[in-house]
Amino acid sequence: MISELFTATVLIGILASGIRLATPYLYAAIGETFGQRSGVLNLGVEGQMLLGAFAAFYVSLMTGNLWLGILAAAFVGALMGLGMAYVTVNLQAEQGISGIGFYLFGLGLSDLLFQKLMGSVQTVKGFPKLVIPGLTNIPVLGEIFFNHNILVYGAYLLVPLAWFVLNKTTLGLKIRSVGENPEAADSLGISVAGVRYFTIILGGTLSGIAGASLSTALLNVFQQNMTSGLGFIAVALVYFGGWRPWGVLGGALLFSLINSLQLWIQVLNIPIPSDIAIMMPYILTILVLVLTVSRVRAPSALTKPFTRSE
Amino acid sequence: MQNIFKQEWFSRLIDVMLPVFATLAALGVGAVMLLLLKVNPFVAYGAMFEGAFGSGNSIAETLVKATPLLLVGLGICISFRGSVINIGGEGQMIIGALLATQMGLMFTDLPGWFVIVLALLMGFVGGALWGGIAGYLKAYFGVNEILTTVMMNAIAVQLMNFLLRGPMIDPSQAQLASKIPQTARLLDAFRLPRWMPTRLHLGFLIAVVLAFLVYILLWRTTLGYRIRAVGKNPDASRYAGINVKRQIVLALLLSGAFAGLAGAIQVYGVNYRMITDGSASGFTGSAGFNGIVAALFGQLHPLGTIPASILFGALLVGANKMQRVVQVPSALVIALNGLVVVFVVSSDYWRRKRQRRRLAQARIEEDDEPDEEPGAASPAQTEVVA
Repeated sequence: MISELFTATVLIGILASGIRLATPYLYAAIGETFGQRSGVLNLGVEGQMLLGAFAAFYVSLMTGNLWLGILAAAFVGALMGLGMAYVTVNLQAEQGISGIGFYLFGLGLSDLLFQKLMGSVQTVKGFPKLVIPGLTNIPVLGEIFFNHNILVYGAYLLVPLAWFVLNKTTLGLKIRSVGENPEAADSLGISVAGVRYFTIILGGTLSGIAGASLSTALLNVFQQNMTSGLGFIAVALVYFGGWRPWGVLGGALLFSLINSLQLWIQVLNIPIPSDIAIMMPYILTILVLVLTVSRVRAPSALTKPFTRSE
Repeated sequence: MQNIFKQEWFSRLIDVMLPVFATLAALGVGAVMLLLLKVNPFVAYGAMFEGAFGSGNSIAETLVKATPLLLVGLGICISFRGSVINIGGEGQMIIGALLATQMGLMFTDLPGWFVIVLALLMGFVGGALWGGIAGYLKAYFGVNEILTTVMMNAIAVQLMNFLLRGPMIDPSQAQLASKIPQTARLLDAFRLPRWMPTRLHLGFLIAVVLAFLVYILLWRTTLGYRIRAVGKNPDASRYAGINVKRQIVLALLLSGAFAGLAGAIQVYGVNYRMITDGSASGFTGSAGFNGIVAALFGQLHPLGTIPASILFGALLVGANKMQRVVQVPSALVIALNGLVVVFVVSSDYWRRKRQRRRLAQARIEEDDEPDEEPGAASPAQTEVVA
């Protein structure tokens, strides 16, 4: 019953799994943040994640080496990013639509490879929990924050790193200027195309890893369309977070905690229909978008291709 | 002597043919994938063609598959022309279908034709509502429509699962332990007329007629003009006194309405009940996404979308045959659809290039120096090479 939600074990469970569930969103959304800050909307995240999830799973299954799996996922994601970069930067194709194309491509190809190479759902022994001496043992807090596998920690480390790169380095300045005013950036000798290639490929790489985190660290299986909309949510979280890594973190945590709550509601047999419970994070995200979006301005050049005027 | 490649009609012909070239290129990539799977692409594509057009019945199946693509695609023509990206077709189809199905379940003692008309109308309304919410949030709260439509797809799926497991469940299933999440079957009187003995139903004809109506809407009415004007240049439209926000809401509302109608027709023309496997594509067959592909292929023109959706319907039907003949999963076709989208939007690059060159050439001719033409045209040509 409802009161069962408020016991210490359940609350700790909700928080801990909320933190864990945010992992794929963080990788994908931080990657997407880089792309969007440089002016490119990549809607193909979901497809990159699916291919990454498959690559990581299959390589891990074949070689028994999870890190080779991650490497494969990153590589596949980067390749998809390269394709997206060529299409949106060189051919100046409409970004939203080409993203949908890459999504469908990843959806179909990952399914095709799954059916051809594996045939049936298998499981892999995913990344083990990583005990951090001195931290994992702390009562309550240790269980909530420091009882996860290495990919979870990696996702959270990515946030300050992304913040630092975007705000405190020359590279970050270049990325932001290309996203805000590509003409000015170009006149200062910054290669708009080069910066965008970099951010889109980086985004693809991180999306690939996001998929890998699903198939080899959180769920440890691969299934057709296993991301079921997760990549699109990641794109939404970038808007939600106002194109800032810390904001993205807030959004990912909020979304995942609500998700974790609804999973626990189902586990505890609380009489809320599970279908309705699953809706909650989506409805909440829309509501928060409505309440916050007008505060933050999108990068000025977002979705606008850059042509050098002669 | 005039070079054929420089003539305007030829250049325009290439523009129209670009999607075809793009599709051929995608099929070429598909052929490489088939070769990697150690399958003869000619055999695979042959089976596909055979499956889609080989007999009267397979043509009928192709048209049945094309129907929801065309309807969703018509909605996409409206919204994309208004620069509103609607990727919520899946959810809009579901909501339309749910409302439409409820009509058939509620009014079992009314005449068949009346219920069908009412149901299709409610499908239209349901989709309009679902799309309209996203439009409203975009226009008045500045929430990106891509995000809301995606989120609302997820919400619609759960709503469908909830209703089919609970309030709308087939009473006979509710008694059984299996509890298959489906509604009761619609009465025979509520079925859309069919072209016996095939499964081709009236819905296809409805969709084709609507394609002409959408054409008229977009190019012959003030509403259509306003939607397109806002799509081309919102600032200029506002300056011209057009209520930009209202056009955005209308564009998404209409776009959703056609997807909702697609959902309703899917129930009344093909399935005669709603059943869920838990996912959106279990009901829609991903028509909400593939309709976008069809509309793009038809260059966002309602009439162009007719052959485009038949082509993609054929791909879907043919994929099943291909799966049986050469054991290549039909998922290949989803990947191919993705490539077609990427190639078609990319090919627009060359159309724009030639358009610029045409403009440049027109300017040169205005300068009244015909002798200089070959030399003057060369900068434009080097640009193409670069």
